[in-house]
Amino acid sequence: MDLHRRNYYKKKKKYLIVVMFLIMIIAALMYIGLSYGKTIYSFSHIYNVLFHGETEGAFVITTLRLPRVIIGLLAGICFGLAGNIFQKLLRNPLASPDMLGISTGASVAAVFAILILQLSGLIVSLIAIIFGMLISLLIVLLSYHHGYSNNRLILIGIGMRAMLSAMISWMLIRASEYNVGNALRWLSGSLNTVNMNDAFSLLIVTIIACVLIAIMNNGLSVMGLGEELPVSLGVNTKTLRISLVIVGLMLVAFATSITGPIASVSFLSGPIAGRILRNGKNNMAATACIGAILVLASDLIAQYGLSSRYPVGVVTGMLGAPYLLYLIFMMNKKGVQ
Amino acid sequence: MQIKAEQLYLGYDEENIVKNLSMTPPIGKISVILGANGCGKSTLLKSFARLLDARKGQITLDEKSLSSYKTKTLSTHIGLLPQNPVVPEGISVMDLVLRGRYPYQKMFSSLTKKDFDIVHQSLSMMNIEDLHDKNVDELSGGQRQRVWIALSLAQDTDILLLDEPTTYLDISYQIEILDSLMTINKKKNTTIVMVLHDINLAARYADYIYALKEGELIKEGKPEEIITSELMKEVYGLDCKVIEDPIAHSPFVIPKGQYHQ
Repeated sequence: MDLHRRNYYKKKKKYLIVVMFLIMIIAALMYIGLSYGKTIYSFSHIYNVLFHGETEGAFVITTLRLPRVIIGLLAGICFGLAGNIFQKLLRNPLASPDMLGISTGASVAAVFAILILQLSGLIVSLIAIIFGMLISLLIVLLSYHHGYSNNRLILIGIGMRAMLSAMISWMLIRASEYNVGNALRWLSGSLNTVNMNDAFSLLIVTIIACVLIAIMNNGLSVMGLGEELPVSLGVNTKTLRISLVIVGLMLVAFATSITGPIASVSFLSGPIAGRILRNGKNNMAATACIGAILVLASDLIAQYGLSSRYPVGVVTGMLGAPYLLYLIFMMNKKGVQ
Repeated sequence: MQIKAEQLYLGYDEENIVKNLSMTPPIGKISVILGANGCGKSTLLKSFARLLDARKGQITLDEKSLSSYKTKTLSTHIGLLPQNPVVPEGISVMDLVLRGRYPYQKMFSSLTKKDFDIVHQSLSMMNIEDLHDKNVDELSGGQRQRVWIALSLAQDTDILLLDEPTTYLDISYQIEILDSLMTINKKKNTTIVMVLHDINLAARYADYIYALKEGELIKEGKPEEIITSELMKEVYGLDCKVIEDPIAHSPFVIPKGQYHQ
């Protein structure tokens, strides 16, 4: 029996090593984000600007690049965790907030506020957050028909997303060119307009959410065993399900209100972490890291790797498409249960 | 611990699925609930694990109403293995069985030596020790069912409820599973209440049988006392002959049919 114990801690150690490795990749990406651009700054120069009040290049590094990498990191964590919560809770890789139309719901409201109501600034974000929540509520309510079903919720969510995307297209076609630029951030997420204040509020939300997830993670693992067994194992499934959904929505809503819906990050992070670790667990820490890596790396590609500068969501969106095709292909092969 | 149903009514929506049912499964014995499809067997079993609340009447555990127990406390007394639990993709046998220790885990504290001891015992009792590092997806149906029972064993409860633990299994696996449940019952003195489809296996392994029809308990007792052709006719609408099982000496039901009278 000591064998089992040793095995268990060996696996835990392996997990920690993977997470450390991912954190190193994040650190490297953040460093590149700070140093690379029109002017390339050395490590020691960046260090002096951040900690010793060096003024040369201070504007570029602290005002333009620093909020960008910090928000890239935090938004990646938020989207990754939120997606993983929904996917694990509903036991379906398609069940991430960007697939279910929650992010699209927030975008519709924001685009409507900008283009039709002519609003801007914080109020747009607030409207986006509230409408995103309302859409989720609507999806949940619609999926109660003679009792609740996970699969019905997912199908309704996907349908809802298609409908909401159509509404956005319609509004864009009718809008004047001047306003479209402003609304674009809400179509594919972008880190172009972020600042340090955003970073601070997002940091607080991220920390609160991480603590709550750590508390609920064991219960969520047990909920992966079906509808009935978790109850018999002493999980208060109703309370836990609602609390987790609220945490997930909070993460998506806040991150979306700052960066817009960075496509596919919540859809991809959990499954990638699962593929790397292959252990049937929630892998929250690894998922958060993968989310951050996806956003940071995609943002570098979007800025410097393509013919012209694109918003980060364009790159992440392209990553999501092949995985979605793969999932649908595999489901077809397996037969839908 | 003694679980007991008193004038119990259960149901979904408008319909009553279980009606006015009282039963007291004997402590430390194997009880089997028999009945035709849709007679309320599974519903009854679920209500014992509080997956479903009583409409009227009540279920008690040691004279206290089931609803007065905290969810986590209750899960240290009663375990239910449902019909179709979900295997998380890529999970190992060990990690799955460890989830049976959830009722005993405190927030943020790690697993104790006791957790590992009990999981080890559960694995060896189900003869799946050498599978501990295997991926559950890769196991055969029979092995997988043993893993699930090991998880329920790790839960370490006085009462174990099982909903058709032998469905979809080959006959040799059915016997293996039922044998190991009997071992559990003998070694740990666990009260077992289960739903079985196969009347002859039920008659062989059960100490006590409850026969349900349309949500009502129509007969209960030891298999040799109650399994008769009359009861089979009443419960399943089946014409049959009952003889003695030459091996276990329990009642053995031989069905008749249109071409075999």
